[in-house]
Amino acid sequence: MDPRRSQKIAFAVLLLATLLVVLPVVVILAIIVAKGASAISWDFLFSMPREGMSAGGILPAILGTLYLVLGAVIFAVPLGVMAAIYLVEYSSDNRMSRLVKLAIVNLAGVPSVVYGLFGLGIFVTFFGFGASILSGSLTLGIMILPVIITSSREALESVPKHFRTVSLSLGASRWQTIRHSVLPHALPGILTGMILGLGRAAGETAPILFTVAAFYLPRLPQSVFDQSMALPYHLYVISTQVPGIAENVRYGTALVLLTLVLLLNLAAIVLRSRFRRKKKW
Amino acid sequence: MVNPQHKFSVRNFNVHYDHFSALRNLNLEINANEIFTVIGPANSGKTTFLNSLNRLIDLVPASRCSGEILLDGIDIRAGMEVETLRRKVGIVFALPLPLPISIFENVVFGLRMQGVRDLRRLNQAVERSLRESYLWDEVKDRLSTPAMNLSGGQQQRLCTARILAGQPDVLLFDEPTSGLDPISTARIEETLLILKKKYTVVLVTNNVAQAARVGERTAFFLMGEMIEVSETGKMFTTPADTRTGDYITGKFG
Amino acid sequence: MKSVQARKLKEWVIEKSILLSGIFSVVFVLLIFLFLLREGFSLFRGESVIDFLFGKSWYPISDPPRFGILPLILGSLLVTLGAAAISVPIGIAAALFIAEIAPLRLREALKAGIELLAAIPSVVIGFIGMITLGPWIKNLFNIPTGLTALTGSVTLAFMAMPTIVSIAEDAITAVPRQYREAAIAMGATQWQTTWRIVARAARPGMLAAVMLGIGRVIGETMAVMMVTGNAAVIPTGFLQPVRTLTATIAAEMGESVQGGPHYAALFAIGIVLFIITFLINGVADLFLHRSRR
Repeated sequence: MDPRRSQKIAFAVLLLATLLVVLPVVVILAIIVAKGASAISWDFLFSMPREGMSAGGILPAILGTLYLVLGAVIFAVPLGVMAAIYLVEYSSDNRMSRLVKLAIVNLAGVPSVVYGLFGLGIFVTFFGFGASILSGSLTLGIMILPVIITSSREALESVPKHFRTVSLSLGASRWQTIRHSVLPHALPGILTGMILGLGRAAGETAPILFTVAAFYLPRLPQSVFDQSMALPYHLYVISTQVPGIAENVRYGTALVLLTLVLLLNLAAIVLRSRFRRKKKW
Repeated sequence: MVNPQHKFSVRNFNVHYDHFSALRNLNLEINANEIFTVIGPANSGKTTFLNSLNRLIDLVPASRCSGEILLDGIDIRAGMEVETLRRKVGIVFALPLPLPISIFENVVFGLRMQGVRDLRRLNQAVERSLRESYLWDEVKDRLSTPAMNLSGGQQQRLCTARILAGQPDVLLFDEPTSGLDPISTARIEETLLILKKKYTVVLVTNNVAQAARVGERTAFFLMGEMIEVSETGKMFTTPADTRTGDYITGKFG
Repeated sequence: MKSVQARKLKEWVIEKSILLSGIFSVVFVLLIFLFLLREGFSLFRGESVIDFLFGKSWYPISDPPRFGILPLILGSLLVTLGAAAISVPIGIAAALFIAEIAPLRLREALKAGIELLAAIPSVVIGFIGMITLGPWIKNLFNIPTGLTALTGSVTLAFMAMPTIVSIAEDAITAVPRQYREAAIAMGATQWQTTWRIVARAARPGMLAAVMLGIGRVIGETMAVMMVTGNAAVIPTGFLQPVRTLTATIAAEMGESVQGGPHYAALFAIGIVLFIITFLINGVADLFLHRSRR
C-alpha cells in the first residue's frame, strides 16, 4: 500500500484510540454532573443524614473524609519527604538505597484492599486503636507514602547539582545545603506530590472498609479514636447496600466526592506546570 | 619543618577515581600571597588538584585520596572541619554559578550558614566584598534583584565576591574565564592581580597566555603528574622538560 | 562555640531521622507481609496450601466451611484478561498518538485528561459502571443480569488505561531523537518511523506499562466488587457473574469472626494478592530499568 495512505489510516486509528481513553472521562463527568447537580444544596452538604440515609445530608461523610485525609498527610508527608531526601541526598547508589527503591515500587503496587487488611491487622487489632479515624489515617498514610516519596524524589532530583556544590564550597554543612539550597527549590514539586497524595487518600475506599468506616453514624466524630463515615464508603453503601435511595442523592454524593478529588488533582497539575514554566535554571 | 611562607604544602598526594589514577605522587608548595597558576591539557588532573585543596573532591563518590595536604601546617583532613576548610579556601568555578536568589543573598550565603544574623555586619560584608571584586558600582542599586539577571562576567565577579565575604585565606579559580568574552576576561585578570595582595590565589587555566600574564609561579600537569613547577617567567623562556615546552608552544593540547 | 555544637547535634539528629525514614519504607513492606502472615497463617493448620489454592469451592460460612480459592483466582484472571485485551491495544495506541503525533498543546491537554481519569476514585467508576454499563450489557446480550465478568473487564480497562498510557508515553518520549531523525532522513514516513523504529525501541518500557496496568487491575477492589455480580463459582464465560480475590476480601471481612478460620482465609487471600503484585511490580521495574539504559 502507498505509505502515505497507510500513514493516514494509522493516524486515524491512533486518534480513535486516544478518544476512547479520554472521552469516557468527559462522559462520566457529564453524567454525574447532569444527574447529581439537583441534589446539591446547603442542606445536603451541611446537615446530618436522616431516616437511614434516605434523607438529610452527608456532612459526617464529608468531614470524616477531611479528617482522614488530614491525618494521612500529617503522617505520610514528613516521613515521605525525609525518605526522599535520604534517597536523593544521602545514599549513594548502594545496596540500602536499592532496597529502599524496590520497597517503594512494591508499596505503590500493593492493592488497596491489602492495605486495608494490614491496617486491620496492625492498627485496629495489634495496637488496639480499634476501628477509628486514627487507624484509617495511618493506613491511608502508608498507602500514599509511595506517591509522596516518588514525587518528592523527582522534585529533589530536578534541583541542579551545582546548587549543592556551590553551597558546600561556601562552607555550608550538608544539612544546611539541603535546607537552604535544595529544599526551597524543590518545594513546589513536593507540594504537588502532597496534593496528589491527598486526592488519592480522599478517594480510596478499600483501605478504610475495615479500619474506620461506619455504615451509618449520624453524628460527628469526637476524637481520633472514633469511627467515622467517609465519602467514598458512603457512596458504596448507598449505591449497593441500601435499597430505595433516590437516584439524585447517589449521583449527588458521587458529584461531591468527584469534585473534591478532581479539584485536588487539578490543583496539583496547575502547580506543577507553573513550577516548570517558572524554573530559571 | 613548617615554613610560614608556605600556605599549602602538598606531600605524596594521590587521587584515584575507581581504578583510574587522576593524580600521582604530587609534591609542591604554594606560597602565601602569590598567584600560583596550574596549566596542562584536558584530563591532566588540574581540576582534581584544585578540588583536593578544599576537599570538594569528597563529593565524587568513587574518589580516594592518599598522602597529605597541609594548610598553614595543619592537615586539611585530620586537623580541621571540612566546613572550616572550605570557608578558608574559597573557589570560583569555570562557569558562573550564582544561586537563584538575590545578589545580596548570594554574597552573604556563606556568612548566613555560619550563623551571622547581624544585618549591619552582613551589609558591611556585602559592600566590602563587592568592592573588592569590582562589582559594587554596577549593582549597588539593585542588590535585591535576582543574581541570574546579571551578565556572565558580572556573575563571575559576584561568585568572587561571594567567597570574599567569608574572609578566606586562599582563593581557588578553576578556569574562571573560560566562558567569558575578552573584555570580561581582562577585568577578572586585573582583579586577580589586586586580590593577591591580600589573598593567596591558585588559578587553574587552560589558557597558557593567561598563566603568563598573571602567574608568578606555574606548574605544568600532564596525565595526572606534575611535570615541572617554576617561576612563570622561567617556565615560559627555558622550560626544564621538553613536554612543557611543547605544550606552551602549542604543539599539543 | 557552643552554638556550633548545638547545631552539630541538631544536624546529627536530623540526619539520623532522614536515614530512619528511608529504612521505614522497607520496614513497612516487611510489616505488611508479616501481618498478613500473622493473621492468615492459622488457616494452614487445618487446611493444606494445595487445597486452599486449588480447591474448587469457596463456601466460607457453610458447615464445614470450604476455603478453595480457585473460583476466585479464575474470576480475577478472567476479568484481568478481558481488561488487558481491551486496555493494552487502546492504551499503547493512545500513548503513540500522544507522544509522537499530537501537537504540543493537544498533548499537554490529553496528558492532563488522562491524569484526571487516573484520579477518579474507583468507587465512582464502579458506581457509573454499575448504573450505566450494567443495564446496557444486560439488554445487549439479553441476559438475566448485567453484572458480569465482561462488565468488570470493561470497567477495569478504563482504570488500567491511565497507567498504561502514561508509562508507555514516557518510554516512547525517552527514545533518542537521533533514531527518528535517522529514519526520516532515509525517507521513511512519520508513521513508518513511529511504528518500525520508535515503538520497537520503546518496547521494554511498553512492556513495563502493560505489567503495571495489569497490576492495577488485579489489585482493584471497589469497582470490581460493584460491577461483577459477586458469584464465587468457577466461571465458564464472560457473560456470567464472577467474584475476584480482592472483592472477596472487601465483601466478606465485615462478616467474618476475628481470629476464626474465615478471617484467616481472607488474610491468606491477601498473602496471595501481595505475592502476585510483588512479582508483577518487580518484573515491571526490571523492564523499566532496562529501558532506561
